[in-house]
Amino acid sequence: MSGTAEQVHGGGGAAAGHATETGAHGHPSWKFYVVIGIVLTVITAAEVAVFYIPALRSVLVPILLVLSTGKFALVVMFYMHLKFDSPIFSGVFVFPLILAVLVVVALIVLFQVLPHGMGYFTSS
Amino acid sequence: MSMEIAHHPPTATGLDNRKLGFWVFIGSETLFFGSLISTYMVYKGASVAGPYPHDVLNIPLTSISTFVLLTSSLAMVLALAAVQNGNRSGTLLWLMVTAVFGLIFLGFQAYEFTHFVHEGLTIKSNVFGSAFFVLTGFHGVHVSVGVIWLLSLWILTLRGKIGKENSINVEIAGLYWHFVDIVWIVIFTLIYLIP
Repeated sequence: MSGTAEQVHGGGGAAAGHATETGAHGHPSWKFYVVIGIVLTVITAAEVAVFYIPALRSVLVPILLVLSTGKFALVVMFYMHLKFDSPIFSGVFVFPLILAVLVVVALIVLFQVLPHGMGYFTSS
Repeated sequence: MSMEIAHHPPTATGLDNRKLGFWVFIGSETLFFGSLISTYMVYKGASVAGPYPHDVLNIPLTSISTFVLLTSSLAMVLALAAVQNGNRSGTLLWLMVTAVFGLIFLGFQAYEFTHFVHEGLTIKSNVFGSAFFVLTGFHGVHVSVGVIWLLSLWILTLRGKIGKENSINVEIAGLYWHFVDIVWIVIFTLIYLIP
């Protein structure tokens, strides 16, 4: 996708000496950002549409999770520029993100999936 | 292609420490919201008395506010592109558009909260109410901080104190704003759309 971007900044990075990573890794042009915005809007509309289609009830959760993950990735990669910036920035974001996802999944499994939710919500 | 880049003092990583530090902050915020979302997911079906989520959640209204926040993210990235290109009027325009859209989102949230209270759902009605108001309330506080930050940048830009040479100030505010946006992307799906 980034290949279609019109570059308003040249390369740089290490070759730029002490230049900051800001704008040094070929951020896309405004046209590309608008395209991403349109894609985000279309995905959001698809999410809402899927919610209202009874035939998709059985696969609603996986569809919504995939669409939501796609939106999340688009914003992080292109609007927050992680795709163009140093991998160090990606590292300090993705590591806690994985931890947070593990916490969410673990607690859901612990209290919603396991039999009797460890007895927490099943008191007589 | 010629390129003008903002400079910063030498660092061990070769990266701007302000930006690196802010990404670390965003990482900590990710864990913070992760714990709030976990709490909501665990408690949302555990209320022994209503109102329940399907009684009060208004999907069409929230879809519109989601669209508003997504659009504000587009405006924010356009503000950054403008300041990096030395386009002062463009920077002023898009910073203001971002702030206004943030305020509109907060208006939607205030309406939603008021409506829920009239429906009998408060922060102490049941565990769904507690988890919902804490999670979305903290998100709203983050949006409010972002709006204040954006308006401060707008004033500084108007006074000529923000430009191409210190565009890092707009970039870091942008990172914060987009983070608030991705948190809402998760909240909209997990809290509003998934039954």
